[in-house]
Amino acid sequence: MSTESLRATDITKSFGNISALSGISLHVNKGEVLGILGDNGAGKSTLMKIITGYHKPTSGQMFINGEAVTLTSVDHARSLGIECVYQDLALVNTLPIYHNMFLNRELRNRFGMLDHGAMRKRAAAALDDIGVQVPSVDDEVAMLSGGQRQAIAIARAVYSNAKILLLDEPLAAMGAREAGLIIDLIQRQQARGDISIIMIMHNYAQTLEIADRIMMMQRGTVTFEGNARDTSVEALLDIVRREYRAMRAAAQ
Amino acid sequence: MSATTLTFRQRGTKLLALREASIIVVALVLVIYFSVVNANFLTGPNLQTLSQFIAPSAIIACGEIMLLICGEIDLSVGQIFALAPFIMAFTDHAGLGMFVGFVFAMIVSALVGLINGAITVLLKVPSFVTTLGTLFLINGFTLTVSKGYPINTPGGQTMANIFGAAGYNEFLWAVLIVVIMHVVLRHRRWGLHTIAVGGNLTGATEAGINAARIKIGNFMLTSMLGGITGILEAFRIGSTDPLAGGTNIMFLAVASGVIGGTSLAGGSGTIIGGLIGATVLGVLQDGFTLQGINAFTFDMIIGAAILIAMIANIHVGRLNRGGRS
Repeated sequence: MSTESLRATDITKSFGNISALSGISLHVNKGEVLGILGDNGAGKSTLMKIITGYHKPTSGQMFINGEAVTLTSVDHARSLGIECVYQDLALVNTLPIYHNMFLNRELRNRFGMLDHGAMRKRAAAALDDIGVQVPSVDDEVAMLSGGQRQAIAIARAVYSNAKILLLDEPLAAMGAREAGLIIDLIQRQQARGDISIIMIMHNYAQTLEIADRIMMMQRGTVTFEGNARDTSVEALLDIVRREYRAMRAAAQ
Repeated sequence: MSATTLTFRQRGTKLLALREASIIVVALVLVIYFSVVNANFLTGPNLQTLSQFIAPSAIIACGEIMLLICGEIDLSVGQIFALAPFIMAFTDHAGLGMFVGFVFAMIVSALVGLINGAITVLLKVPSFVTTLGTLFLINGFTLTVSKGYPINTPGGQTMANIFGAAGYNEFLWAVLIVVIMHVVLRHRRWGLHTIAVGGNLTGATEAGINAARIKIGNFMLTSMLGGITGILEAFRIGSTDPLAGGTNIMFLAVASGVIGGTSLAGGSGTIIGGLIGATVLGVLQDGFTLQGINAFTFDMIIGAAILIAMIANIHVGRLNRGGRS
């Protein structure tokens, strides 16, 4: 059996006359972290939204665990184990941590009432298990730091049985210490071996530190793909510079 | 890290408790004040009058609170209040009976809520504007079908008594609705998702919550509660008046919610708070009426009460979030 969990081949996406993705292929294995780098407008978010079932690709095919799938909705993607942690984290500030952990997957008793006690207990256990420390699951999310919020969002995705976990800029706007905690958290999930992680990143050095494999995108195409240990920040920046020169030359 | 967070938490819990408790204290202080200055305040007949004043705004507040929590408002609910009993009466006059009349009134109320919600959510018109439009529309419609004249509410005295004319019955209906809505808000997914939609619309949608369904549902709920209140009042008063309710009852309901601690910014609120808010407004109205203070002064007091409640609401909330605005 292959350990490949996700493969996408020749994905294109156009919005009207504008082509956002022109033939992207990617794959990710179980227990692997794929880092996707690229400037604003490179098509990273569009690609992400196609993998999560939010957008339908104009053409191209996706395979999950070797089987061809056509995602019809976010719920459909989720039922196949694809979970995404967006940059805004999808956390509700005015709700306590345990409600956020179970948002739209609430536990209910046989009368259809919310089972607050069970959710509290299981949220605390899940956070403990994943290695996220919070003072109390009754705390409102508004009281948490950026790093804690990111950790809760990742923990929620992992707890809801993510097999393919997409992280949109998981270290954005974070201090070194908080980023360190999140990197630890991501590496612990990777160590489990059954989860594939795809991260959208801006910071080259951080990406090289966490990812096994790097994919770089520019204007809807892949400009580099390779193992993280075989490349360097300098090499990646060279590719970006070359692309820019080519772009400027083409524009003149 | 955990030490500072804990202090925030302890302070937050204390203030939260204070916010809930402070409005109860205000209500108690007012009751004590009026019972001291006026011997008639704590008498059976007056408490009954008081309960009849509180009930309508408390019921409608349940709907407005749900809407405020999910980030919307309904200005037109006072006009449904006037329309619903006419629909019930006309259906009865047509020989279909009161029960069918009530069902029709509820269907029309729900339909108005559906229109309010659909225009707001699907056509993206702010609910303030949508419901301002339907406010005039429904008011004109009610005046047209009634030709501007009140009629007697049909049905016998027994029916009228059950639905609010006798004793504390209207208040009991209000308490029943408050209890149901409290359970819906705190113990059902609907309530939790209402908070989620108002607290973080994008986030709730990304989590797979159907925000349109939640919002439209709460518009329908509010309209139906408006219709029910209009019918209860029509039974209690014995006449069905095209000018009943209106913006007055709508603003009292919104004020009840806000005084009770519901945030106008969305994402948080309490049904029980709404009942207490309605009680505070009722005690003020009734107490000052007993004192012989005229309606003009009363409006000034209500205005000041709403301002104070709002200022407290915003600033207690900010302290609660550890100083962040």
